[in-house]
Amino acid sequence: MTSKSVIPGYHLSLGITMFFVSLFLFIPLASFLLFASGMGIEKFIKAATDYRNVHAYAVSFSCAFIAALINCVFGLLLAWVLTRYDFPGRRIMDALIDLPFALPTAVAGIALTTLYAENGWVGQFFYAIGIPSAFSAMGITIALIFVGIPFVARSIQPVLRDLDPQLEEAANVFGADNWTIFRRIIFPELVSPLLTGFALAFSRGIGEYGSVVFIAGNMPYETEIAPLMIMTKLEQFDYQSAAAIAIVMMVLSLTILLGIHGYQSRRLKNIGAGFNN
Amino acid sequence: MKESKNLQRILIFLAGAFLFFMLILPLILIIAEALAKGWSAYIKALTEPFAIKAFWLTIEATLLAVGLNIIFGIASAWLLTKFDFRGKTFLGSMIDLPFAISPVVAGLFFIMLFGRMSPIYTTLQEYHIAVVFAVPGIILATMFVTFPFITRELIPVMENQGREIEEAAATMGANGWTVFRRITLPNIKWALSYGIILCTARALGEFGAVSVVSGHIRGKTNTLPLHIEILYNEYNFTAAFAVSSVLVIMAVIILILRNVIEAGGISAFKKNFYDENLQGQKKFLKIKFSKRFKF
Repeated sequence: MTSKSVIPGYHLSLGITMFFVSLFLFIPLASFLLFASGMGIEKFIKAATDYRNVHAYAVSFSCAFIAALINCVFGLLLAWVLTRYDFPGRRIMDALIDLPFALPTAVAGIALTTLYAENGWVGQFFYAIGIPSAFSAMGITIALIFVGIPFVARSIQPVLRDLDPQLEEAANVFGADNWTIFRRIIFPELVSPLLTGFALAFSRGIGEYGSVVFIAGNMPYETEIAPLMIMTKLEQFDYQSAAAIAIVMMVLSLTILLGIHGYQSRRLKNIGAGFNN
Repeated sequence: MKESKNLQRILIFLAGAFLFFMLILPLILIIAEALAKGWSAYIKALTEPFAIKAFWLTIEATLLAVGLNIIFGIASAWLLTKFDFRGKTFLGSMIDLPFAISPVVAGLFFIMLFGRMSPIYTTLQEYHIAVVFAVPGIILATMFVTFPFITRELIPVMENQGREIEEAAATMGANGWTVFRRITLPNIKWALSYGIILCTARALGEFGAVSVVSGHIRGKTNTLPLHIEILYNEYNFTAAFAVSSVLVIMAVIILILRNVIEAGGISAFKKNFYDENLQGQKKFLKIKFSKRFKF
């Protein structure tokens, strides 16, 4: 079933697209899956469930989860302040939120490590009260907060901007206090963008390497993250273990993203229906 | 809902404090550490041959990845918005796949494809073609992680534009290139520039994927981020931060360009849609929602 469109360029654009998709996606993915399937289910389970690796998934997963949660709080706060209040420096603050997208992760990694290390500008205060803010799970979480904050803030901002102020005014007229208005009228609108931002930050956090590897300290059974385990296995030429860990990670983040994608498209449909009425 | 002035001040202060400790302080620290041993040490770290080689390799990989992505982005967005065919949805979600894959895993793909355990490894060896631990591998890995960026920016805009104008032009005898240049391109130029900016930012700074395939050969397969890692692990902090400061400057330029383009894009949007009826506003909203998946 090809297109009956009169617009030219079907075969040309199909050719270019398929060439790129094959070269950069299909062939690498297929060769990876081919290699992985060659190792057999027993070896896969043994490599994937190695205690050190399982510990690394747990570190990646829990730190990414906590960082995404913290980002939901601060992402909402930032989006709120930037869309609803006017104050000097607002535009610069708004632009700054995208810094983690523009700054190379390795640069962010070494800067955060130096900042939160024992003799660092901020770290000295944490270490003084006995909290190791670098080379620990907390350090990993700090790096993942840095990486994830734009995902959450940028998901919420457009929704907050498009809220109908009349609803709030009406509630106000009927005597609702601020907290009730926020809880009953504004927050329900924000659940979906919060979830989207959470999922994006979470799945990015599980796979993140550059910003985390410096501040993590990489101690076995303590602060090793899953991507680091792949690197370690590669350095030992243990390609099968590397592939097994990679498969576990891919399944994890695909599940998160597909789950949220399904939710998102259902929601988009509802919004479209609302507009047609 | 009107919060009291005091509550507003507290919220603004909290937001500002968060940005200060998480985003601004790292930037200040990079500049301070880079200049910690004075200007001459700073200049020396930047003009060292390995740093310059790494700089040019980074530029080379970025330009190639962005260039190839422009071609792919336009072709795939054209294909996915102007035509209907079997497997269209599948193709669309395949293009998004790199978003869900850790860069380290992406690097692993290319090691499996071209590395020692690959079935084509001996053939490559015979012809002395090095992909992994060489420049082509770096470009492949950079392409992989930036793959969806331009396509994702173009598709909502082109979908929103519809097909009628292009169809009319084609019916009246305009060839494909004319249709694209005179009708499609003016409409997508902001989205295209926006995609290019995102793609450039990611390509400049990619670390995980490139780290896997590069082999870290100084002066040969080291990009700037990898060079920074080596310097840092050698406890050569001043040099590491000096090289980092170059990337900070690039990041700031990218942020400024991003804001300029966004402002231009929004005013173009307003011109196109705000004068129209509710239908237009609905489309506008839909674009905003699809834009949420941008990075």
